[in-house]
Amino acid sequence: MKLWHFNGGLPALAEHKNESVHLAIEKAPVPEQLIYPLQQHIGAPASVLVNVGDKVLRGQKIADAQGLVSAPIHAGSSGTISHIGEQLIPHPSGLSAPCITITTDGLDEQLKPTPCADYKQLSAVELVQMIRNAGIVGLGGAAFPTAIKLDQQGKTKPIQTLILNGAECEPYISCDDRLLKERADKVILGIEILLHLLACEQAILAVEDNSPDTFRAIQTAIKANANPVISVVKVPTIYPTGGEKQLIKTLTGKEVTSGKIPADIGIVSLNVGTVYAIQQAVIEGKPLTSRIVTVTGEGVKKPHNLEVRVGTPIHALIDVCHGYTKHAKRLIMGGPMMGYAVSSDEIPLVKASNCILVASKDEVVTEKQAMPCIRCGECASVCPVSLLPQQLYWNSRSDQIEKAAKLNLMDCIECGCCDVVCPSHIPLVQHFRHAKSALKADQHQKQLSDIARERFEAREQRIAREKAERAEKSRKKKAALKERAAKKEKEAAEKLFKEEQATTNDES
Amino acid sequence: MQFLTSSSPFIAPTNSVQRLMLWVLIALVPGCITMIWQFGYGVLFNIIICVSTAICAEALMLKLRKRAIQPAIADLSAIVTALLLALALPTLAPWWIPFVGTLIAIIIAKHLYGGLGYNPFNPAMVAFAILMVSFPKSMTVWMLPSSLLANDVSLSDMATLVFQQQTDLPYIDSITAATPLDDMKTRLGLSQTTDEIRSASIFSSFAGQGWQWVSVAYLLGGCLLIAKKIISWHIPVGLLSGLFFASLIAYLFEPSISPSPIFHLFSGGAMLGAFFIATDPVTAATTLKGRILYGVLIGLLTYVIRTWGGYPEGIAFAVLLVNMTVPMIDQYTQPRVYGHK
Repeated sequence: MKLWHFNGGLPALAEHKNESVHLAIEKAPVPEQLIYPLQQHIGAPASVLVNVGDKVLRGQKIADAQGLVSAPIHAGSSGTISHIGEQLIPHPSGLSAPCITITTDGLDEQLKPTPCADYKQLSAVELVQMIRNAGIVGLGGAAFPTAIKLDQQGKTKPIQTLILNGAECEPYISCDDRLLKERADKVILGIEILLHLLACEQAILAVEDNSPDTFRAIQTAIKANANPVISVVKVPTIYPTGGEKQLIKTLTGKEVTSGKIPADIGIVSLNVGTVYAIQQAVIEGKPLTSRIVTVTGEGVKKPHNLEVRVGTPIHALIDVCHGYTKHAKRLIMGGPMMGYAVSSDEIPLVKASNCILVASKDEVVTEKQAMPCIRCGECASVCPVSLLPQQLYWNSRSDQIEKAAKLNLMDCIECGCCDVVCPSHIPLVQHFRHAKSALKADQHQKQLSDIARERFEAREQRIAREKAERAEKSRKKKAALKERAAKKEKEAAEKLFKEEQATTNDES
Repeated sequence: MQFLTSSSPFIAPTNSVQRLMLWVLIALVPGCITMIWQFGYGVLFNIIICVSTAICAEALMLKLRKRAIQPAIADLSAIVTALLLALALPTLAPWWIPFVGTLIAIIIAKHLYGGLGYNPFNPAMVAFAILMVSFPKSMTVWMLPSSLLANDVSLSDMATLVFQQQTDLPYIDSITAATPLDDMKTRLGLSQTTDEIRSASIFSSFAGQGWQWVSVAYLLGGCLLIAKKIISWHIPVGLLSGLFFASLIAYLFEPSISPSPIFHLFSGGAMLGAFFIATDPVTAATTLKGRILYGVLIGLLTYVIRTWGGYPEGIAFAVLLVNMTVPMIDQYTQPRVYGHK
């Protein structure tokens, strides 16, 4: 299959997959407590359905989607709701947010699943509803509610290509790779469901060319399944080839228009973990309550690939990995390029957490001394979106956010390539995040002032109109009065005239 | 357990300004050795004076500007500027020429514009141009290449010339000469043809005795920089092809009064300019298309100045003039962003 290239990227980024890629998926034990942030997806936070003291079973919905762009949350094990309120959440801000806490009872009783005998009997609308109800969001890290991507109602452009993203380009992470190695058949089944749902002609599963075993495992599963529209493709190992837009470009040569979504060019792209979750939801009737997580880095004694209940606190996973080593310096959720450091291991795993990296000081940079930019342009040559980071930096640093916006600041995917190659060690991505939020705030402010201005103008108009109306009315009234006066005068004159005439007649 | 947090990416940077500058210095070594081989130890005096002055001036300016001295000296950028100037100056220049030149480069052209990263003009070329305009006599007298010297000049004689400016040494005229570019220009002005001119001993090779080998050494150093990805090929290729094609067209139409493209590329500062001076990232265009354009413009302007200008060599003026156009070049050569038309 012909492949295309996106600009730049880092082909020589140290992958660090060997630490964990050989480790088979193990089931992590149910922890004493499960913590569920109400917002663990893009969109509106879920609304709580339970009260403190309620007994819940695994698979029971404890919070429901609020609006279209949202996702419900299900209990990961049986137990009692012990707390509903603010807790530290896994988020770069390090802030607290509302969470539901379940104290588990160790019985791990589950709500009776409702398996589906033949998904082909179900309509697309029913399947989308099932996926929505199962609380499935993008498990590759973005956590966008999957049902929205799949919903074809009201869409004009039919989906031609389904892309399954198995290109795990971030260093250290191997959870998708293990899933494909061990459960390729289930993933293929998930693809079949999606092909039926989307009624599309082609499904491409992409994996990086650094894992030939995985490629073979998928090939075997595809052969066993014997559906000619599903194919597996090796893509070059260049970070960030697993980025949605970069993968779409690599596989199809098409670009997702800025500000639009892949569906606008007839493509749906899903992470393979998400596809596995869809298969579980549709075939086995189980909502999303667990996921596969890589726990790795020099900071843990024994790295693992674990199948974990969503909501498990990080320290419970560290225990499975035989604890911290003395080198543990940073706790990173996600990979070292786009993940974020968290301050405490009390923080729970969420649906989007694909990796816990406990890094030593050799594995992460803890301090960088930034020097002046020398305009070398290395940042632009590695930018997978073809931006000019050096000029964006110049503008965002001098608070010329509008100029940065003109240079397409909002198209930055924060992949971190520019940061890594910068010889002046400037934290570029940090500057861009800051500039982006300033721009968003500006736009919000502008919206508010636009509304205020419109309201003011409307009021001015209304006052002017009323004034004009009043003037018109009084003019009319005056005119009417004048007319009446004139009429009266005329009548009086006529009367006088008549009287006069009468008198003359009399006289004569 | 509690952990400190920081912002992604967490991967350590793979490059540093210091590494870039160090490679530039390494790539200049063949050029330095060839200069010494062809023109004697005079170039060493230039290098020593320029580099030591540059370090002192840099430290002084950083102190005045209340900046950290150590990291800025350690980035080696001042030394690169100093070395480039030292190699561009005549080997027999009196000691105050490299001294004043370096002060101009570091204090005026670099720090008064805001220091590393903020200077719009190439510091070494600013110094070179000011010296050229102010002291044309000292700046145009070069030593003869060693292959044309009747007898060797001793180190002590060289030191005497540089530091005491005793131009009454008995053999002074026998060891100095104009550069091939200069000589070519003067003689063309006297209505000689290129064939007549090239019969002179200084031209008795493909692009001027001595000079051509220095150029070859810079070319090699430049290729090393490209191979090590310290510079990209766009600027050198643009510059050299701009100069090549301009001179080729003239050479094809009027060979009797136009020096060959090879002469243009190898007889003067074209190679040093193309690989080491025009590629200074701070003052060059940053987009890839822009860099090609930037290089071509310098190449064309160099040809124009060499052919019709008042000075025999045009690289320095061409670089400075094109430095001015960089913001505009960058503005109009932005790459197409993913997902945009």
